[in-house]
Amino acid sequence: MTAKGWKDLVLIGVLVLAAAFVPLVTDGYWLSIAVTAMMYIALTTAWTLFSGPTHYISLATGAFFGVGGYLVATGMSDHDLPFWLMAAIAPVVSVVLAALIGAATLRLSGIYFVIFTLGLAEMIRGLVSWVQNNFLGSRGLYVLTDFTEAHIYWMLLAIAATVYVIGWLIDRSRLGFAMKIIGNDEGVAKHLGIDTARAKVLLFMVTGFFSTLVGAIVAPRYSYIEPNQVFSPELSFMVVIMALLGGTQKLWGPIIGVIPFILIWETITASFPNATTLYLGLCFLAIVYFLPNGVVGLVQKIIAKGRSA
Amino acid sequence: MSTGRSILTVDRLTKRFGGLVAVNDLSFEVREHEVMGLIGPNGSGKTTTMNLISGAFAPTSGTIHLEGRRLSGLGAHEVTRAGVSRTFQLVRVLPGLSLIDNVIAGAAFGHKRRWGGPAKEQAVRLLQRVGLGAQIGLPVSALTYIDQKRLELARALAGEPEVLLLDEWLAGLNPTELQEGIALISDLRREGRTIILVEHVMDAIRSLCDRCVVMNSGAKIAEGTPQAVLSDPEVIRAYLGDE
Repeated sequence: MTAKGWKDLVLIGVLVLAAAFVPLVTDGYWLSIAVTAMMYIALTTAWTLFSGPTHYISLATGAFFGVGGYLVATGMSDHDLPFWLMAAIAPVVSVVLAALIGAATLRLSGIYFVIFTLGLAEMIRGLVSWVQNNFLGSRGLYVLTDFTEAHIYWMLLAIAATVYVIGWLIDRSRLGFAMKIIGNDEGVAKHLGIDTARAKVLLFMVTGFFSTLVGAIVAPRYSYIEPNQVFSPELSFMVVIMALLGGTQKLWGPIIGVIPFILIWETITASFPNATTLYLGLCFLAIVYFLPNGVVGLVQKIIAKGRSA
Repeated sequence: MSTGRSILTVDRLTKRFGGLVAVNDLSFEVREHEVMGLIGPNGSGKTTTMNLISGAFAPTSGTIHLEGRRLSGLGAHEVTRAGVSRTFQLVRVLPGLSLIDNVIAGAAFGHKRRWGGPAKEQAVRLLQRVGLGAQIGLPVSALTYIDQKRLELARALAGEPEVLLLDEWLAGLNPTELQEGIALISDLRREGRTIILVEHVMDAIRSLCDRCVVMNSGAKIAEGTPQAVLSDPEVIRAYLGDE
């Protein structure tokens, strides 16, 4: 165990404590932004868990997130089931889904995986809409709870912290080491005795679990839910952009990416509500072009330069 | 040292890629503590044979057994765990990992597993062993070609394999490096390791191999001591062609 590893953990502990006070000092507009930011921090950290070390760009976040939101909504609206039960069931459903996707696609490499995950979110959205319209009656789903924005914020913070700690533990385990080797050279990884398919599916399941949990917890925020809204491809891209902006080599990279991006995004959606997709694309290009290793990579480069000078 | 018991058995191995028969009905045995050379002209199927043994490809027909356990049909990771390690014809180190982690990578999931403190101690020991003691702190990208090959060898040794596959490990080295390389493998041989060596460097074959299997067009054309096979008229014809 290196001292550096513990330092990261302590730093995150302090950040979590500080973040817990946010709802006490602000409300309304800024709390709402904080909730959105916390949602993306949890999603992006979960995404980095799998995509960071393997370099497999997953666009499945929207699918998992949607499963969370939709199951909570349909459970509460159509079957009068309690929120907590649905919030517990949804991630388990996604773990099974992730295992199936993984078994089907992770044997393939890179680009096929990206396209498949994008298609998957769209397919699930279409499927759910179709079932909803043809069999369940096309009525809206309501998620009515007593949660305030502050409650949702704290729950998301707890998820984000849990994901981080799990990532920290995985990073120190043989599984984490295997993922780093896979990211370096998957062919070599196999010849070193790593069951690469199993390792990737396992981590993809963890990512799926937490992305879905976030979707379930956030559902009460929308109150009214329809499939087109929760299975959003835009969400998948947002997560990738923020993770790349922060840098995916470190688990805390996403945190650095999310906060500035949410602020920029707020400005864009407020000023140019009809051109958000255009700006999303431009942000994507700019980040990939100017910050290929994210802010974390840039900082490391500057430090390295400072040392050698 | 050819009195040891047979450890790896290749029986009637065939691999087709579409219409091309890369390995054709190949059979041989490797005995314990023996260095066996797999030689032959370019395109004769040596590397394909290595890939079949290491599990990178599944054979079209035929079997491979390691100490009675069937390897053919297993995935590469299972073959490695069963006790076969390899290096690659074009060196493949892990650029994002430190030297020590590169070697630990061979120990953490391999045949005899190590993790944590013991894996690290062993990694340092192996790095010194292959001659990288002075470079331990360097990034992998700073290593020369031969040093990358040394690193790959240390990684292959870290899992304590029963059989080590070296695919043209000596290729691309300059004359001085070649002597160092031969000395290093010669050391491993004295240690009693079982090695299959694909090699083109004749000096290395003569000084290192206990026995050779010569391949041409996917099939075995000769087998025996290096001296015997290298003077075999059919082998000479395979390498040099008819007059």
